[in-house]
Amino acid sequence: MTAEQIIFIVVAAVTLGAGISVVTSRNLIHSALWLILTLFGVAIFYVLLDAGFFAVIQVIIYIGAIAILFIFAAMLTRRVMQDTGPQSNSNWWLGALIAVLLFAGIALIFVNWQGFTTTPSDLANPGGRIVQLGLALVSPDQYLLPFELASILLVAAMIGAIFVAGEKKQ
Amino acid sequence: MSTESITWLLPLPPLLAFFLIVLFTNRSKALSHSLAVGAALLSWLGSMIVFIRAISTEHLGLNPFESVINWLPTGNTWLQIGVRVDPLTAATLFFVAWTVLMIFIYSIGYHNYGQPKGEHDKAGLQPHGATIEDEHGHKHVVPSIEPMYSRFFAFIGLFAFGMYTLVVSNNLLTLFVGWEIMGLCSYLLIGFWYQKPTARAAMIKAFLTTRVGDVFMLLGIAYLYTSVGSLSYTDIFKPETLQKLGSTPAVGGFLGLSAAALIGILLFIGTVGKSAQWPLHVWLPDAMEGPTPVSAMIHAATMVSAGVYMVIRMYPLLKVGSEAGHLSLVMSVMAVIGTFTAIFAATIAVAQNDIKRVLAYSTISQLGYMIAALGIGAYVAVVFHLITHAFFKALLFLGSGSVIHGVEHGALHTGEKVDPQNMFNMGGLRKKMPITFWTFLIGGFALSGFPIITAGFWSKDEILAEAFGTGHWVVFTVLSIAAFLTAFYTMRQITLTFLGKPRTESAQHAQETHWTMTLPLVILAVFAVTIGWAGISKSFPVIGGILPNFVHDFIGSTLLEAPEILTFNIWPLVASLVAALGGLSLGWLVYRNQKEGAEDPLKLTLGPIYTVLKNKYYFDELYNTVFVRPAYWVADTFTNQILDRGIIDGILHFIARIASNVGHVFRNYFDKPVVNGFGDFVGEGIKKIGRSIKVIQTGKVQQYLLMALILAFGAMFYFIFTFIQH
Amino acid sequence: MIPLSWYLIFAAILFCVGLYGVLVRKNAIAILMGIELMLNSININLIAFWRYRSPDGIAGQAFAIIVFAVAAAEVAVGLALIISIYRRRSSVVAEDMNMLKW
Repeated sequence: MTAEQIIFIVVAAVTLGAGISVVTSRNLIHSALWLILTLFGVAIFYVLLDAGFFAVIQVIIYIGAIAILFIFAAMLTRRVMQDTGPQSNSNWWLGALIAVLLFAGIALIFVNWQGFTTTPSDLANPGGRIVQLGLALVSPDQYLLPFELASILLVAAMIGAIFVAGEKKQ
Repeated sequence: MSTESITWLLPLPPLLAFFLIVLFTNRSKALSHSLAVGAALLSWLGSMIVFIRAISTEHLGLNPFESVINWLPTGNTWLQIGVRVDPLTAATLFFVAWTVLMIFIYSIGYHNYGQPKGEHDKAGLQPHGATIEDEHGHKHVVPSIEPMYSRFFAFIGLFAFGMYTLVVSNNLLTLFVGWEIMGLCSYLLIGFWYQKPTARAAMIKAFLTTRVGDVFMLLGIAYLYTSVGSLSYTDIFKPETLQKLGSTPAVGGFLGLSAAALIGILLFIGTVGKSAQWPLHVWLPDAMEGPTPVSAMIHAATMVSAGVYMVIRMYPLLKVGSEAGHLSLVMSVMAVIGTFTAIFAATIAVAQNDIKRVLAYSTISQLGYMIAALGIGAYVAVVFHLITHAFFKALLFLGSGSVIHGVEHGALHTGEKVDPQNMFNMGGLRKKMPITFWTFLIGGFALSGFPIITAGFWSKDEILAEAFGTGHWVVFTVLSIAAFLTAFYTMRQITLTFLGKPRTESAQHAQETHWTMTLPLVILAVFAVTIGWAGISKSFPVIGGILPNFVHDFIGSTLLEAPEILTFNIWPLVASLVAALGGLSLGWLVYRNQKEGAEDPLKLTLGPIYTVLKNKYYFDELYNTVFVRPAYWVADTFTNQILDRGIIDGILHFIARIASNVGHVFRNYFDKPVVNGFGDFVGEGIKKIGRSIKVIQTGKVQQYLLMALILAFGAMFYFIFTFIQH
Repeated sequence: MIPLSWYLIFAAILFCVGLYGVLVRKNAIAILMGIELMLNSININLIAFWRYRSPDGIAGQAFAIIVFAVAAAEVAVGLALIISIYRRRSSVVAEDMNMLKW
């Protein structure tokens, strides 16, 4: 086992544990904190995958913005579900069964796929990747249109969020 | 503009006025009458232009203004319609345009334009008068404006359209169209006050009676079309066509007549209906139920003239088969019917008390004159009399309307309940209504044929002269007697109405009518005198030849062969003088001292004959017994009870019962168990299924997702297994 | 070296955990958190495939960027909706929001 593999296993174990805590924790604030931990784990995977840039934006966007938003929302609605009673539906076993079945299905597909155990080739010029990505996103020949659509989506989401959540003046 | 174009346009303004009034301006009385009178004025102007151009054209009879368009495609040819101005058209246009315009203007005053609305006036009834208060606080009852003022102008506009169409058309088809439009309008206008039961009865009577004639006329037109293949006058009156018609036996060898004779008889029956000749005369006196301008319109200017105009127009066809000294069958029939009608109606007129009815019978009598004269071949004289008669009879009718109006005014003023149309309720109106009196006098004298100065004398004298000159003694004698009676009843009317002393309070308070009514009277009076001067025979002693005999030269040129000029003979002149002057003086002598409430002196002299005359020879009763009652009987007993209720209803009931039984069987043994059962099963089944599966519709988003995933798994495992197999 | 399979297995587990959260949590905010987990697992897949299958291309990274944007938008709108519903009905329980049914 190489050092990378050891790191991988440790991080994966922590991340999955945190993820399971997210979906099972009774306290919503705790769930949000476990979510932050999960997101950090994912950021480490990005580093392992030679995508340092993504690790950075994972931290900035997911942890810095989204997770904080969750905490805000949880605090705003805290009064109603304050840790009383079960946090899961009565048919939680059905959800669990489906999750397990889904994993089984996916695993079945992976096992039967030749590319499953590929190992990575060396990455040339890891630093230049970011420049390439930046140029690709604004180049009309490549990803300008999805990029612009994403920005429109963000603007629409922003306006929509303000409108929906905003206090209605009667 | 060319004469043809103007002629095409002549009938249009009144039609346009009709539609505009009906559709847009019927709320505004002033706008409505302005439109109608404006339209009449336009048509009048056009007619005058056409007339002047016509009389200044040489040989108009040979080369009439004519313009034709294709109208209906009939197989490989076209049915053509068009306009034609020949001397006859021009002359007719002249009097139609004048009388129509005068009547339009007169109607404004007659329907009390400018008067207040009556408190109790209702649409469909004569105005009852309105109460107004003057500055001293006195209340007066004054005539009130007609509630359906605009409607009246719309109708007479349409009527004028019908007449103009009839006159300018160059074929029998459009002539018939105009003819029927007038029939419709006469129906509408006679029944103008449709809430009066008598008016309703009169309108139906007029319509049905003229319909009898019209059906025969349509048959004649159809027969003519099948034999000639064209309805244009030019085609029909070609000598070879006429000769062919004269020599072909009528369809089916009908009574041994020639085709020409059968067509002529059929067309003539149309005239009998339209011009109220015996035996279809009964509608015309009843038509007096309409407003007086209508009476003038129908009975002088337009509709009845149209009947005579049509036979004059068809004269070349009617004449087929007559030689010198021998009349064709159609002409003989016309002579007999016309002569009989002339004397018959004149005798009835003698015993009538209603001022308008006297004129109505006088009209029938005068039309009889014209028909009789045409029957003996006095073509020019007939046209001449038609024109003069139109003017003086319109004048008389409008004058009588003015009289009635004046007396009504008096009746409203005094509150007296009198019949404002009964001459015995009048008297002494000469001083009260001077313009009406003098114009009525001129009209009356023209009708009587007062010598030298009036138009009626010249035209009537010409008819008598023709009858005498062609040797038709019976016709001559009877017409002379009729002329005498005419003069007598005319003077009776004038004396009873205008001379002597007022016999009622209403007559005492009668008042001269508005200028819109008197102006037409004056203009028509001028024509009633002067128009005769256009037709003074050249051979008349002393004054003959001073003025050119315009009528004879101009009208005569319509015919392909101009009629010969008769030599002067003293006897018809004497007969005419004696009849006119004798009748007039006798009338004056008998009625000059008529007292209030006294009986008609004629009743004492004639006794039972008077009663017969008064009741119009019981023709209404006769028709009632012979036609109306049997028709009712057939309709009620035979058609309704036996045929309709018994046989037809019986069959229907039988079929209905069978159908009903079959229906029951189907319902009980097929519909209810099978069809309904199936329908109920399907419906209930779907309902049950819905009820049982609606529980999965929980509204909970997670359960939906769960279900979707379960289904997705099914699909996923299916793909996985196929994936593995490969 | 780490084989691709490890990443894929990890991502699959994370996805299923997220799915479980979405399916069973009562709190609507927690459901959204489950969705975030699922999106993250997808992103790991995208980056992993890029790294192992076509490291010279850029498509995987570009897709991941778009997923980031969509995730941000989704959270913003989703939380706004939840706050709005909470104001009206004083509840954030997903099962209570069942007006849309027969």
